[in-house]
Amino acid sequence: MCQDCGCSITETEHHHHHEHQNVHDNPQLNDSKTIEVITKILDKNDQEAGHNRSHFDNHNVLAINLMSSPGSGKTSLLEAIADQESFKFGVIEGDLETSRDADRIIAKGIPAYQIQTGTACHLDAFMVHKGLHAMPLEEIDVCFIENVGNLVCPASYDVGSHLNVVLVSVPEGDDKIEKYPVMFRKADLILITKTDLLPYFDFDVESAKAAARKLKPNVDIIEVSTKQSDTIKKVINWIEFKRSLRD
Amino acid sequence: MHEYSIVQALLEQCQTHAQANDATKITEVTVKIGAQSGVELHLFEVAFDTFKEKTICDEANLIIEHQPLLIYCNDCAQEYTLEKPEYVCPECQSLYIKVVDGEDMYLMRLEME
Ligand SMILES: Nc1nc2c(ncn2[C@@H]2O[C@H](COP(=O)(O)OP(=O)(O)O)[C@@H](O)[C@H]2O)c(=O)[nH]1
Ligand SMILES: [Mg+2]
Ligand SMILES: [Zn+2]
Ligand SMILES: [Zn+2]
Repeated sequence: MCQDCGCSITETEHHHHHEHQNVHDNPQLNDSKTIEVITKILDKNDQEAGHNRSHFDNHNVLAINLMSSPGSGKTSLLEAIADQESFKFGVIEGDLETSRDADRIIAKGIPAYQIQTGTACHLDAFMVHKGLHAMPLEEIDVCFIENVGNLVCPASYDVGSHLNVVLVSVPEGDDKIEKYPVMFRKADLILITKTDLLPYFDFDVESAKAAARKLKPNVDIIEVSTKQSDTIKKVINWIEFKRSLRD
Repeated sequence: MHEYSIVQALLEQCQTHAQANDATKITEVTVKIGAQSGVELHLFEVAFDTFKEKTICDEANLIIEHQPLLIYCNDCAQEYTLEKPEYVCPECQSLYIKVVDGEDMYLMRLEME
């Protein structure tokens, strides 16, 4: 049973706390003792993330965490996907850059839930857990989690997604991948967005790809422009392919 | 500034361990922070000093073990420390490697009274 929500997910993973007591018990002094712990600091978040993944798995929903700087095109990508024939999806919206992101999605007839992050610089698994219980999981094939626009903080938090997609837009510059290695290392798919703007910016697509593959040699990369529907189709195909491997 | 939330999670862990061990205060907290964990050490220290006040860690000293990126190359059957986040074997250029340490943050040890 899920403690937070009463939902009937049994905890699959068990976490060991390696607690070796009395390593240096020191009774002469003031009863001070040292214990070895060795636990991930974000252990609780990771457990909740595992719980979220079980929710998605139970409903056969593929969960995708979208991360990027503010304005790289996360919401626009979702709108563009909605405009094409594809899987059914919902959006857990955490990006506060524009408070209208969830409304933009809902306007397309897509279920969306806006997480109130306040001033948080990232989503954590507990916030996403709330969001996923507001999603019609029975009715959707894919659940996108649009993370807070930030290339640093969201990289440290597993939110319970199956896949991470990281966007970098042409106006941001091709050096962003090297500057934010922790984030791009987490990517299963990197989207180089706004490629219709390539003629106006010194963005070297090949060197961006090379930088990405130093961090993650097997990462997939797609060049995307919302103005070219065939590039959006490629993203849809990638997601369809990933879904087909989880049926 | 996710260092603030990470420190909050750390302080909660300290509280739990202190209770389980009937300790009244924690005097030293040792953590291990990976070079590729995405944590800024300075911000982490500032956050710890800010948030420890009036918690079980009020008087605790923070020790940070800095963990470089450590990989194991399956082809060399050997471990290497990587200076830069370039995930390739520095000796034989193999991509058939796995990360051993340096991408995570751990609470390692607590000294308590
Ligand atoms: N030229 C161009 N502009 C885009 C593209 N994708 C998004 N934009 C614009 O970039 C701005 C920010 O996009 P948005 O989707 O809100 O970014 P988010 O903050 O990552 O969700 C908006 O003005 C979009 O119209 C694209 O492919 N080409
Ligand atoms: Mg957005
Ligand atoms: Zn639940
Ligand atoms: Zn090697």
